[in-house]
Amino acid sequence: MDTVLEAIDIVKSYGGRTVVDRVSLTIREGETVVIMGPSGSGKTTFLRCLNYLETPDAGSVRLRGTPIGVDSRGRLLPEATLATQRRRIGFVFQRFNLFAHLSAMDNVAIGPRRVLGLSLDEARHRAKEELARVHLADHAAKRPAALSGGQQQRVAIARALAMRPEIILFDEPTSALDPELVGEVLEVMRELASQGMTLAAVTHEMRFARAAADRVLFMDCGVVVEEGRPEVVIDKPREPRTRQFLAHLHS
Amino acid sequence: MAFDWGLVGQSIPLLAVGLLMTLRICGLAILFGTALGALLGLASLSGLAPLRWAVRIYVDFIRGTPLLIQIFLVYFALPVIGLSLSEFWAGVIALSLNAAAFIAEIVRAGIGSIERGQSEAARSIGMRHAQVLVHILLPQSLRAVVPPITNELITLVKGSALLSVISVYELTRAGQGIIAVRFAPLEIFLLISLFYYVTISLLAWLSRWLEHRLPTW
Repeated sequence: MDTVLEAIDIVKSYGGRTVVDRVSLTIREGETVVIMGPSGSGKTTFLRCLNYLETPDAGSVRLRGTPIGVDSRGRLLPEATLATQRRRIGFVFQRFNLFAHLSAMDNVAIGPRRVLGLSLDEARHRAKEELARVHLADHAAKRPAALSGGQQQRVAIARALAMRPEIILFDEPTSALDPELVGEVLEVMRELASQGMTLAAVTHEMRFARAAADRVLFMDCGVVVEEGRPEVVIDKPREPRTRQFLAHLHS
Repeated sequence: MAFDWGLVGQSIPLLAVGLLMTLRICGLAILFGTALGALLGLASLSGLAPLRWAVRIYVDFIRGTPLLIQIFLVYFALPVIGLSLSEFWAGVIALSLNAAAFIAEIVRAGIGSIERGQSEAARSIGMRHAQVLVHILLPQSLRAVVPPITNELITLVKGSALLSVISVYELTRAGQGIIAVRFAPLEIFLLISLFYYVTISLLAWLSRWLEHRLPTW
């Protein structure tokens, strides 16, 4: 299968502390990759480096072979060029970050309208489709404040989908949700995975990892400690640190 | 000395003519000043460093010099470089340029106060910096900037009294004319105060109405 996204030796430091230390990851077409690890392990920072929401200090990201964020000589690309690359990579945030002044419909439509240049009618038509895909067709007119956390996160997924991205990155998409709302978001993610969408998700949801992930990465202290099929990493981890973390999670 | 009620009655129509001029000048200056201020505020957050510096210098200059001197500069100094303006337009321009600098700072602060996640989400769907500012951050900052901008516009209306020194026949100048002939400073200055007070109260009321009409999100 074709490689969609490839990260090579990503390094990111804050104030002398190395948060991500030479992490590499290859994600192939249609694959679902789950990244786990204790808080502070660098998993979110790594994910944010993949679409250059954070600029890595070293290492490279390639989207279907083309470097992201830098030109062929490794110089940072101008902001406008980076923007045209980012639209190909969806991102779903822990705290949803829906545009507070727009309806669910317009949250989804604004990308196609302003970034892809679709007409307002086309953009809204597409938004309707994507809202239906996350089972929110009836909530199109509502403002984010009138939606539950689970609904907001699904609108956020529709917003990412509307850009027709080649991959979607999820940063702890259910961590800010009430327990009873987690299921509906995971359900949508599972559907996307089964429809062949390429996903990478930072999450601690074991059920999702078991059911949907092709591969699980376990990160600690900025490095990948263990990587493999979910039934191996989750159920028969080799590394003591992975075992320790999973034991904590289950207790 | 008795309070001359008769003079008050005779002065009201004369002052009303001046008030009309004040309203015309301030109305235009509010329009231009707010528009320019919003543009400058956005420019001060632009991705282009030279543009940001230019706005910085402009704001610093306006904040660091008296409005009266700025009025003189527009009215007396611009003709030297070949730009002659009537008193009316010199007044409108001086007040607009002055208010714009302060409004730019208000807009910059308002946009800066919007939660970081909003611009990150906008960038994640491929919006350019300018699009993030205009489509995401500016609309959300509107409600928060209405009260401080109103304060600035009230200052503008009060500042328009200074235009009397370049002989714009506005409210203050009209009053001074009456005082020069009738020598009744108490009656006239009190009356002028009342005219300004009503005008500014109206502006404040309009602002509160607008603020409540804008959504809170």
